[in-house]
Amino acid sequence: MKVAHPRTLDEALEALQRMPDAQLLAGGTDFVVEVNFGHRRPPAVVGLRRVAELQGWRREDGELVLGAGLTFTEIETELAEELPALAAAARTVGSPQMRNAGTLGGNLGTASPAGDSLPVLAALDATVVLASRAGNRTLPMAEFITGVKRTALAQGEIIREVRVPRLRGPQQFLKVGTRNAMVISIACAALVLDLDGRTVRCGLGSVAPTPLRATEAEAFIAGEIDWDGPHTSAVAVTRFGELAAAAASPITDHRSTADYRRRAVQVITTRALQRSLA
Amino acid sequence: MTGEASDALHDPATTDIRGRRDQLAAEEGTPVIEALENYTLTINGRDREVEGAWIGESLLYVLRERLGLPGSKNACEQGECGSCSLMLDSVLVASCCVLAADAVGSQVRTVEGLSSEGELTDVQRAFVEQGAVQCGFCIPGMIVAMHDLLDRRPDADELALREAISGNLCRCTGYGRIFAAFQAVKEERARAST
Repeated sequence: MKVAHPRTLDEALEALQRMPDAQLLAGGTDFVVEVNFGHRRPPAVVGLRRVAELQGWRREDGELVLGAGLTFTEIETELAEELPALAAAARTVGSPQMRNAGTLGGNLGTASPAGDSLPVLAALDATVVLASRAGNRTLPMAEFITGVKRTALAQGEIIREVRVPRLRGPQQFLKVGTRNAMVISIACAALVLDLDGRTVRCGLGSVAPTPLRATEAEAFIAGEIDWDGPHTSAVAVTRFGELAAAAASPITDHRSTADYRRRAVQVITTRALQRSLA
Repeated sequence: MTGEASDALHDPATTDIRGRRDQLAAEEGTPVIEALENYTLTINGRDREVEGAWIGESLLYVLRERLGLPGSKNACEQGECGSCSLMLDSVLVASCCVLAADAVGSQVRTVEGLSSEGELTDVQRAFVEQGAVQCGFCIPGMIVAMHDLLDRRPDADELALREAISGNLCRCTGYGRIFAAFQAVKEERARAST
């Protein structure tokens, strides 16, 4: 029975090498619940919440570097101007208690289809930096999350940070659930307009095994937008929502139906686009 | 409640505790690894020994079942209800989602530690006077969350309170008397500061 309390990334990686079967623990809001319900029985744990290199965020050239240990509370309060969609997503996670504990790295590591930060990171073309004793490797979101609660994180690796570009333009996040607080997403969408690159990126959550990009809808609307506004026609906005809904491949489960989720995607992507245009 | 799951969890036969003791001894010298059959938590300013614990025990479980501190309530065990709320290093968290063994070296403040010598805090007194307590189960967590809000934002309004206790579920009161208690505390503190 062992738990490591490393304070540096080197100590954490060393502990992980000594205990290769150890579970990585960040905020505990997913993992400890699984233990409470008897679904997991960790032989060892490496607690990451004290690791200095995982804390905080910084600007670096044209990027924002977000430490894996950044909590949702920190995201919603400190990054509301730089990353408004990510901050909005953070605000919808659980309760204040959950947002005080839960981390960006934990959301990525759990890789739930309903992870609220994930469609935003997908829309931002985020990359995930993984640290190991051999050094760092960097993966795009689409390669990091490989399936329902499955990631490319290899044994001996720790999620170190997330890198996102600093973009000029509106960023929106919308989520559908049964109430405003304490809700697991039925469907959610993130929309990012890159005014300099003249591209639109649309991430979808809770409507597929992994966060999706509605690439056809993105390409369509980028060609329809007058970028000096930015504005576009009502017909184009409607068509964008239809294409985004077509990109979703939702299932019916205890939380909602596939039909409702697809319709919800159409509504929230349309609304996100309307809010992003002049 | 999850009685069945919890029995299995704490049955030594289902865990690795004893078999790993020797293995652990062989790994001495690694600064970041601690044996956790016994460990120390700092709770309400006092060091408390936890003996014979399993690594998977939540802070809530250890407080209630091992340390005789039942103020933090156990309901959902999944971070949904807020009745186990406490302060971990001055941050409001749900103790059911904290691994007790990972709280070593941290300052834990439970509802029992909000005041000393059996005095009620102003928030606790306001709850009593405003009739904000019915069955009482959610109240310890509610009080911890309200103190946290007022510590961070002394000028918080009712909307801020609604957000702050959005994860503290009460099935009795309808929250009206809880909001009244909040107003009473704010008025009392305003009077005291003038």
